[in-house]
Amino acid sequence: MRRLLGGLVLFIFFSQPLFAAKFDYGLNAKPVADNTYLFIGKKEDFNFQNGGNIVNSGFIITDEGVVVIDTGSSRRYGEQMLAEIRKQTNKPIFKVINTHHHPDHFLGNQAFKPAPIAALKGTVKGIKNSGDMFAENLYRMTGDWMRGTEAVVPDITLQPGIEEIGGHELEYIELSGHTGSDLAVFDRTTGVLFAGDLVFHNRTLTTPHAIPEKWFVALDKLAKLPFKVLIPGHGEPVSDLSAIEQTRDYLRWLVTTLENGANKGLSMNEVMQTEIPARFAGLALVKSELNRSVVHLYPGIEKKTLHKLN
Amino acid sequence: MRLFLCVLLMVGSFSMASAEEIPEDPLGSIQWDDMVRAYLSEHKVVFDDRVKVVAPEFAEDSMNVPVSVDASELTGIKEIFLFAEFNPIPKILKFYPEASKAAFSFRFKIQQASPVRAAVLTNDNIWHVGGVWIDAAGGGCTRASDDRLAGDWADHLGEIYAAVWDTGTVRRTKISISHPMDTGLVAGIPSFYIEEIQLTDDAGKLLARIEPYEPVQENPVFTLDLGKNGSINIEAIDNNANEFSARIVR
Repeated sequence: MRRLLGGLVLFIFFSQPLFAAKFDYGLNAKPVADNTYLFIGKKEDFNFQNGGNIVNSGFIITDEGVVVIDTGSSRRYGEQMLAEIRKQTNKPIFKVINTHHHPDHFLGNQAFKPAPIAALKGTVKGIKNSGDMFAENLYRMTGDWMRGTEAVVPDITLQPGIEEIGGHELEYIELSGHTGSDLAVFDRTTGVLFAGDLVFHNRTLTTPHAIPEKWFVALDKLAKLPFKVLIPGHGEPVSDLSAIEQTRDYLRWLVTTLENGANKGLSMNEVMQTEIPARFAGLALVKSELNRSVVHLYPGIEKKTLHKLN
Repeated sequence: MRLFLCVLLMVGSFSMASAEEIPEDPLGSIQWDDMVRAYLSEHKVVFDDRVKVVAPEFAEDSMNVPVSVDASELTGIKEIFLFAEFNPIPKILKFYPEASKAAFSFRFKIQQASPVRAAVLTNDNIWHVGGVWIDAAGGGCTRASDDRLAGDWADHLGEIYAAVWDTGTVRRTKISISHPMDTGLVAGIPSFYIEEIQLTDDAGKLLARIEPYEPVQENPVFTLDLGKNGSINIEAIDNNANEFSARIVR
């Protein structure tokens, strides 16, 4: 009965126009370099209040048109992003790029049609296979913010290498580690590096499709680029190596923690109780993301400690 | 509205009169009374903090929800019964600690948000109950297992993997058996699951016994704390009468 009443109160609470009715993400294009703008998401998990505005997306205004890098978590996000872009320029959308196949990076694609949408081969495949399931999952996590959202699979397979667009020399770097297919976009003209979710900053990294050993390699490659500004997938941009170092430090601690736990015979719940070092206390969601990562990564690591008997 | 609630409460109190031995559920689940009637009604039921159930608040992977139970503060334990009342198949597993510590971990499939509970039956015929809520996106029981989808489950059926760690007073033991653990709730795939796992020493003495049900995870991993010495013989049987056995030599 108490639960029923609680549900009633919640229902009334969420029915207030104050909350979700406007469905306004409050996007605000922040300039980070010449012709280059960024929408900085909250360092939170998906919920009914933020509607999925938890990710960084950006755009570059070139002489030939606008290059959009990631489109957010919903159709509404994409539409509001486009409206903000239109406050800066009337140039056409030259190209939309999805850095990887996670839902907060591509579910706004719809709003940019009929512009060409490009992603690495592995990302196109990932969106094709899992896009609808991701969208369904976000309906559950953010509710009506998702109304009308459908997964739009990129129509162009992006080739790694350099493309010159309207005075900007863009380098497409094919990496992996956060997922099986991660794109970094380095604008050699402005020195802005869009690192996608290979780099997190003051927000704990996520691992549902992570391949840690490849992720370390990707971070080493990114660290060698002569960038002036690095845009992480989540968290504030930086002009130094600190976000890369932080991502690497946490990932190394995570992998070591899981391996040590497996080597001691710990259960998943025991590993989840691991004390988190003080230097990671400032990472948003560190406790809940550790729990998630244990679920994602521990079974495989644990299996290596068991011996076949029959 | 208030009148309506009063009527509801009155009806509720009349129906409670016939089942006054059922203690009020600290987890506030509407299924609790039904669970008691279905599974625990033969004995007195009490909630007991000494029955510790640990699980994450949210099931990140509904096919693999980790649960740890520790009832080792209780003595004279006959069985530990795990269930999740909002699962289409609520029974998850029974564990008979026999000569081992009354503490173990494993993973199971969850269909939707539900309490997961351990009911511990002691020699004085009392069910001691502990539990936690797990929130879930759902679908764990009505999705085909990964190896079913990959199509290669038969190549590995019944393979047993294990490892042992000496940790002071007990031997931490992990045992994994390759098995699809099909719930029978996926169209075209009948239920197919390990029904019993017996662990014995070389003298044939029972060290521990596990009776899994359909919701136990695919290729289950059991983490147990067994007594100190000797080899461990593992014998398992599934509901199609396939028998699997292996021996941890010490």
